[in-house]
Amino acid sequence: MSAPMLAIEGAWTRYGAVEALRDVSIEVGQREIVTLVGANGAGKSTLLMTICGAPQAQKGRVLFEGRDITRMPTHEIMRLGLAQVPEGRRVFPRMSVMENLLMGAQVAGHDPKPLLDQVFALFPRLEERQAQRGGTLSGGEQQMLAIGRAMMSKPRLLLLDEPSLGLAPLIVRQIFSAIRDLNEKEGLTVLLVEQNANQALRLAHRGYVLVNGRITLRGSGQELLAMPEVRDAYLGGGH
Amino acid sequence: MSATTAAEARPNAMAGAVKDAAITALVALGLFIPIVGLRTDVSPSGTLMLRQRWGDVAILVGIAFAGRLAMLAWRAFRGEAKPASAARTEAIRKAGKSVAPVLLALAVVLPFIPGTGRYELDLGILVLTYVMLGWGLNIVVGLAGLLDLGYVAFYAVGAYSYALLATTFGLSFWVCLPLAGILAAFWGILLGFPVLRLRGDYLAIVTLAFGEIIRVVLINWASLTGGPNGITGIPRPSFFGLTFSAGGGPGSFADFFGIEPSPTHRVVFLYYLILALALLTNWISIRLRRQPLGRAWEALREDEIACRALGINVTTTKLTAFALGAMFAGFAGSFFATRQGFISPESFTFIESAIILAIVVLGGMGSQIGIALAALVMIGGFEVFRDLDEWRMLVFGGAMVLIMVVRPRGLVGHRTPSVALREKRSIGAEHVAEGHG
Repeated sequence: MSAPMLAIEGAWTRYGAVEALRDVSIEVGQREIVTLVGANGAGKSTLLMTICGAPQAQKGRVLFEGRDITRMPTHEIMRLGLAQVPEGRRVFPRMSVMENLLMGAQVAGHDPKPLLDQVFALFPRLEERQAQRGGTLSGGEQQMLAIGRAMMSKPRLLLLDEPSLGLAPLIVRQIFSAIRDLNEKEGLTVLLVEQNANQALRLAHRGYVLVNGRITLRGSGQELLAMPEVRDAYLGGGH
Repeated sequence: MSATTAAEARPNAMAGAVKDAAITALVALGLFIPIVGLRTDVSPSGTLMLRQRWGDVAILVGIAFAGRLAMLAWRAFRGEAKPASAARTEAIRKAGKSVAPVLLALAVVLPFIPGTGRYELDLGILVLTYVMLGWGLNIVVGLAGLLDLGYVAFYAVGAYSYALLATTFGLSFWVCLPLAGILAAFWGILLGFPVLRLRGDYLAIVTLAFGEIIRVVLINWASLTGGPNGITGIPRPSFFGLTFSAGGGPGSFADFFGIEPSPTHRVVFLYYLILALALLTNWISIRLRRQPLGRAWEALREDEIACRALGINVTTTKLTAFALGAMFAGFAGSFFATRQGFISPESFTFIESAIILAIVVLGGMGSQIGIALAALVMIGGFEVFRDLDEWRMLVFGGAMVLIMVVRPRGLVGHRTPSVALREKRSIGAEHVAEGHG
């Protein structure tokens, strides 16, 4: 097996006196979809933010394609070929859909035309709404825009923070199938953080369970789905 | 609704409206008793005496009552406020497109319009100075979304830079102008560093303090700045080395072009100078808005966390906004110094920052033409109502409130997207909930 796309080795992150991550180690292989599930406050978002260097891990290392990025400033990390879709989507509300997408392409500096075509093929809704303001889109469309915006930097690794947050089940299915498409057709590696454990683990090749800042379980998506601990804690019992 | 219920609803609405108007009158009474009712005057014997003006108070309270009643009646008559139709928005947008060229043409030919005298030109210079300051502050507040209440500090830095460089080293205006801009930009960065992590009201407080610090330093560092006495004898600008002396003589503008010497020449020259400086500010702002840097400013205004997630260097983006905004204030400041020939800390008080910010907000944050209109209305209007003496501030305040009531997003509230790949469309304010952005 080739070197992992992303490796976190024994990371500790704290906010002031509160330890959010304790000795967390995960790996994301090339072309994999890896899901991280956990309850509220388990440290899922902190883990994604630690990868981006905001906040930085106090101990341990973060390696992207074998390169140590633990102490890099955030804006430099985001230029290496990974993109983040932040929690709560965070599209630019007064800017048009087109402007939002171009903001995604700005830093990496690739030619935006083919990337736009690719995003519009993935989410035709965005093409219809390209002149509309980001803030006037529905929740699902905003999520599509946030993913599309991240894809405009042509990333090799996509970090997704709770893309299903506050969306109707039908929309969640659409979003997840788009993620699967990106993975299968474009070879995109995905690290997905989710509370919606059922669908997220079905989508994933592998998964981790985070409890109180520690990784407690790991395995393939199917294995985790079958585990009684996971079923009880995250899938509402006999789901 | 059936006829009977409508008839029943009417007296209720009437009673409610009268009650509402009565409350308004009560508030007005409370306000006008101390403001208008009691007035201190100097008595013939030289002591202070209290004059009571209850008649005026009664008139004002009556106006407030009747005005409120009329407003409620108008609202009821007009029915629910309808959002502007798409056709109307389109018509306004088309009209708006012709406003800018018309205003520009008017500004260019103003000195040659018959009847334009010294007073009109001076007023034009004043308005254009504020237009330029508004456009400069717009980069910081309107585009980058960084609320700056101490903008006048950079205006002061520019003015003192020119005054000190010119009086101490004898440098010409044209050498000092870029230097003043650079110095102000430097101070902008200096202010920017400690406030990088602040936003909104916290940022506003720090910038407010910064503006005051600069002013207090100017007052107290008397050995350099002349303290409260300011700096006098600041050299006037020359036109490619030609001076504007009223008596003409060799080397003067009038002598070179063989025309009758006139003090108006210098005023006209100053007018075109500030017009050019303001247009430069406008041109650079418009250009930058379409560049990656300008787009990063707007994205920063919208959502800082999303900016970080997209790999934008938030630090440099903020600092460039502060620096560029400050630079234009510095240009305007050195123009102010050369025009007045005298500067003192009194010209750089907080009220100046407040007026400039009001111009940006009333104009519609981020709109170039809106800011120009707001400056024209605020500064020009302030002059027009000069005859009203003490009532002038009341008219001024009332006009500001009125603009915000009628156009809550500013005179020009819509934002034209800076990019369009397939089809260009601007989105009217009615598509966006009030209070957002």
